[in-house]
Amino acid sequence: MEHNTKPVNAVEMNGIVKVFGNRPVLDQVNLEVEKGSVHAILGENGAGKSTLMNILYGLYQPDGGTIKINGQQVEMKNPSTAIATGIGMVHQHFMLVDVFTVAENIILGQETTKGGAFLDMDKAKQDVLALIEKYGLDVDPDAKIEDISVGMQQRVEILKALYRGADILILDEPTAVLTPQEIDELINIIHNLVNDGKTILIITHKLDEIKKSADKCTIIRRGQYIDTVSVKDVSQSDLADMMVGHQVNLKVAKTLMNPKHVIFEVDDLHARDVRGVEVLKGLSFKIRSGEIYGIAGIDGNGQKELLEAITNMIHVQGGTIKINGKEIQNTTTWNTITSGIASIHEDREKRGLIPDFSVEDNFVLETYMKNPFSIKGLMKQKAISDFAKKQVQEYDIRPNGCEKDLIRGLSGGNQQKVIIAREIANNPDLLIAMQPTRGLDVGAIENIHKTLLDQRDKGKAVLLISLELDEVMNVADTIGVIYDGKIVKEMPQDQATEHEIGLLMAGGSANE
Amino acid sequence: MNTFTLLIGVALMYATPMVLAALGGVISERAGVTNIGIEGMMTIGAFTGAAVGYFTNNPWLGVLAAGLAGGLTAILHALASITFKADQTVSGVAINLIGPALALFFCRLCFDGSAVTEPVNAKLPKLFGDNATGILANLNVDFMVIIAILATVIMWIVLYKTKWGLRIRAVGENPAAADTLGINVEFVRYVCVIISGILAGMGGAAVTLSIVSQFSQTSIAGQGYMALAAVIFGSWLPHGAFLACILFGLAQALVVVLGGGAVSVPSEILAMLPYVMTIIILIFFAGKSRAPKANGQPYIKGKR
Amino acid sequence: MNKFTSLLRKPITGTIIAILMGFLCAAVILACAGYNPIHALSAMLQGIFGRPKYMANIIVKATPIILTGCSVAFAYKMGLFNIGAEGQYIFGALAACLTGITVNLSPWLEIPLILLAGMAAGALYGALAGWLKAKFNIHEVISGIMLNWIAMYFSNFITGMEAFHKPNTSGTFPINVSGFTTFFPNWKATEEAAQFMKDNPFLGDILRTDFNAGIIIAIALVLLSSYILYKTSKGYQLRAVGSNRYAAEFAGIDVKKNIIETMMFAGLLAGASGALAIMGNNPHAVLEIAAFEGNGLNGLSVAFIANGSPIGCIFSGLLFGGLLYGGQSLQYVVGAPTEIVNIMVGTIVFFVALKDIIPVIADKMEHRAATKKLVDQKEGASS
Repeated sequence: MEHNTKPVNAVEMNGIVKVFGNRPVLDQVNLEVEKGSVHAILGENGAGKSTLMNILYGLYQPDGGTIKINGQQVEMKNPSTAIATGIGMVHQHFMLVDVFTVAENIILGQETTKGGAFLDMDKAKQDVLALIEKYGLDVDPDAKIEDISVGMQQRVEILKALYRGADILILDEPTAVLTPQEIDELINIIHNLVNDGKTILIITHKLDEIKKSADKCTIIRRGQYIDTVSVKDVSQSDLADMMVGHQVNLKVAKTLMNPKHVIFEVDDLHARDVRGVEVLKGLSFKIRSGEIYGIAGIDGNGQKELLEAITNMIHVQGGTIKINGKEIQNTTTWNTITSGIASIHEDREKRGLIPDFSVEDNFVLETYMKNPFSIKGLMKQKAISDFAKKQVQEYDIRPNGCEKDLIRGLSGGNQQKVIIAREIANNPDLLIAMQPTRGLDVGAIENIHKTLLDQRDKGKAVLLISLELDEVMNVADTIGVIYDGKIVKEMPQDQATEHEIGLLMAGGSANE
Repeated sequence: MNTFTLLIGVALMYATPMVLAALGGVISERAGVTNIGIEGMMTIGAFTGAAVGYFTNNPWLGVLAAGLAGGLTAILHALASITFKADQTVSGVAINLIGPALALFFCRLCFDGSAVTEPVNAKLPKLFGDNATGILANLNVDFMVIIAILATVIMWIVLYKTKWGLRIRAVGENPAAADTLGINVEFVRYVCVIISGILAGMGGAAVTLSIVSQFSQTSIAGQGYMALAAVIFGSWLPHGAFLACILFGLAQALVVVLGGGAVSVPSEILAMLPYVMTIIILIFFAGKSRAPKANGQPYIKGKR
Repeated sequence: MNKFTSLLRKPITGTIIAILMGFLCAAVILACAGYNPIHALSAMLQGIFGRPKYMANIIVKATPIILTGCSVAFAYKMGLFNIGAEGQYIFGALAACLTGITVNLSPWLEIPLILLAGMAAGALYGALAGWLKAKFNIHEVISGIMLNWIAMYFSNFITGMEAFHKPNTSGTFPINVSGFTTFFPNWKATEEAAQFMKDNPFLGDILRTDFNAGIIIAIALVLLSSYILYKTSKGYQLRAVGSNRYAAEFAGIDVKKNIIETMMFAGLLAGASGALAIMGNNPHAVLEIAAFEGNGLNGLSVAFIANGSPIGCIFSGLLFGGLLYGGQSLQYVVGAPTEIVNIMVGTIVFFVALKDIIPVIADKMEHRAATKKLVDQKEGASS
């Protein structure tokens, strides 16, 4: 078939420009991907790598530049064009219909039918099973998406692309929600696919995975193309420097903890999720003053419900939650706050902010009714402004002087700083941070980790719940691994290994 | 037995307009568009049905025209809520303001300034002909009832057994997922909203061409909203909505049958019954049924 | 460019465009129906501004809908659609009427008492819808409509009761004159007053209408609502819930309690509107009705046109009142059905719903400019 001596690139993107609002997110970015290779796109959060891939998949229209697939110039009008040209994409946030079965999700949009209209689910299942066997992607076609694990859902996403005959597969941050063991399985699957002649594009900011799986790597920084390198020729720290643009220290600098008495205690907690399924099954742990307790685990093992139980967003069926010896379970959210607990929710925009309020009004979301912010039920805007001005200075929230602006206009990192400043201003005995650095860039992440450590050093207790194992390993003093609604093992940070925690997160035990 | 069959017959008669409207609500909300404007679309349909039925002497043409008028009105709602991503409740409320106003405006134009249409000579035909007696007379409902039952069955088949149904449900649950698979979310939503308008329009005609024989300001008095309650009560299922409407129809039938003088309850108190019952039913069911996840949210590409 | 886009972003721009579109659509419909739209429009303007009497009548018409509009706007600040304002209005009017019939005190006590009765009844009925929402998650639009019909039939039932029904009319007895808010109700019936009105055509024109003190009370209540919303900690709480109930909940705010309280206050405003209508307008009694009068439902339009601002409701209420009243002369003069006014208002509300597109258009224009600038820079750099 091939007449040229030089192999044709599977993907060639040239001079891609994309502007959101009046802010350029991609500025003349190039990408060349060899057929049959694994190619990583490396960049920080917000560097523009997902946008670039969304353009390749036809979800966004570029404001400039060209795309060639297998040497042919293609205008990616919409995902249908991309699918027709043999491109498949697995999004970071899975694009699945929760109430549909695996098979229904896979065939959606390209259904097998009888008479052109009526669904032929038997045929569909056979087709899906054939793919499952070919690539070793173990999953039950009749299971409902809401009932299967995140790892399985990812396989469904890969199957969706393969079912549509994808030759080029884009994986957006595929390992963010997986255990180390599941990551190894995924890398195996990727190798199976490459052996079958497929081309794989991986969007990531994790350096070790690039080293493990990719052949080439293209680095993007703040919307600019930096370089494309052969992975075997560079070290992890080379990659990190190219990604961030300056020398980075991969470890958090921290002193040893100096723990004292127990401040916070959860004992034998039982709770159900919205569907009425028990998800906390006797969870217990303690946090001492001057300690950061990190909870590591895969999404969906009860982390969300733990936070909701502590903050009294849900009722518990059994067990106790004590702060400074006082039981607070099954009371009100307000009681949690006034008992000295501050919390940073993982969903910043939904749970943390009032987007239509100004920055200064967001600062008093939990104190607006207290002196000096309001006196006898009347708001004192001057006092609020003064307070906000002080906080904006202290936490270096940008742009400077943004107190009167709507908070929705701030960047994610600055919004998070507002939330943290607000929560710490309450002078809490326990600060809970759930996924506090999600979606933030390196600078903001460092800043937030430092704030958590400061709290600890002031003799407060800190509870860090994170899906990023690296974050827990770097920041926490004590690590508890959560699996199936229980803390299955607890260990001091200096005795923890990534391998052991990974096994525990997946429900195994260290002795296996 | 006689009273019972009479009750059933009257219940079916009153339920039919609501069944059609509720099916419209089901398909629109299954695709993710809340359609509060159903009441306004019903009113437009009620007038169009009565007017066309009167001028052509053919009730079926009236029903057809009513469906068309309802569908046209629905395009407005689709334009606002899908293309312009407007607040769907505000748009629906606007439709409910415009619908009755337009209906009355044209009524006055066509019927010499009168706010009611002339009665149609030919109402919709009855199941057992015009000369049925006894129980058959009690159960002698018109063909709209059959159409409503058929529509329910067809909608169930479409939603659960065809590829279009799979796509509609996907669009209402997770439009972003559907979009990434090459399904045109806006197109699916447009089609569903327009179908919902057609059904609501026909529902309106079912009032003015079978229950009463003319259009007036009170022909459509909350049936559209009751249909929406039936959608919730029926868990967004076609057959669920159907049964819910039958229940509401029974309440109406009780008003009619009891109002005949058998019981000495003031008519105003009796008239409240369907409305009170709707609230009571919702008290028991509103929290329990699960709405399509993306219902009421405009789909904006690239926004999670 | 920036000036133009920032002008487009102003909320009032969308409202003005929506109002113009409403007039335009009405003109097109009138033209299609065979009426001269310019003639019709001038007849309408004549009917609004032609005589002092007209303007007095417009204020009378606007008074209740300013308050129901404010009721809807207040609830909307919390994300609630108070379509039940009609029912709350009916209950307010009914309670006011019954109080005014049975109690007879001096005007200084009678008027506040009747107003309080109306507000209490409306507040209770509003709280009921709020409770249904908070406790059972019933959408307030559906429960609101049902409660409207229940209120209507209940009102008809009471009106028909022997104790209150005025024989040979379709309504109750009027309230005691001490509860009238019309200016100088007793004096107006005298010969002396007739002479005065003849001598002073301007004042006389106004005095012959139902022009009453209700508008002052209405404006006071609107200002109070605005004050509560923007200057008190309660208002802060309520706006926080309305803007993002999930974040408010996570900050320890009791959302359910807020829903009930907000609906209660919204009901209070609608109830006050009913009471003012009874005290200010002839025949100062509740009548039996076959369909809604629309004072509550029109509040929805008023609130949306006001962009959800309580103070804005004063202006949009006057606009709406003007359209309603001027629409009548449209029928006298041109012969076009008055429903054209409702079509116009519905169209305005429809375009108000669409107006969020305008900032998006502004964004797109800025986007295009930014893209062009970026590409130009690159080309300049490379050449």
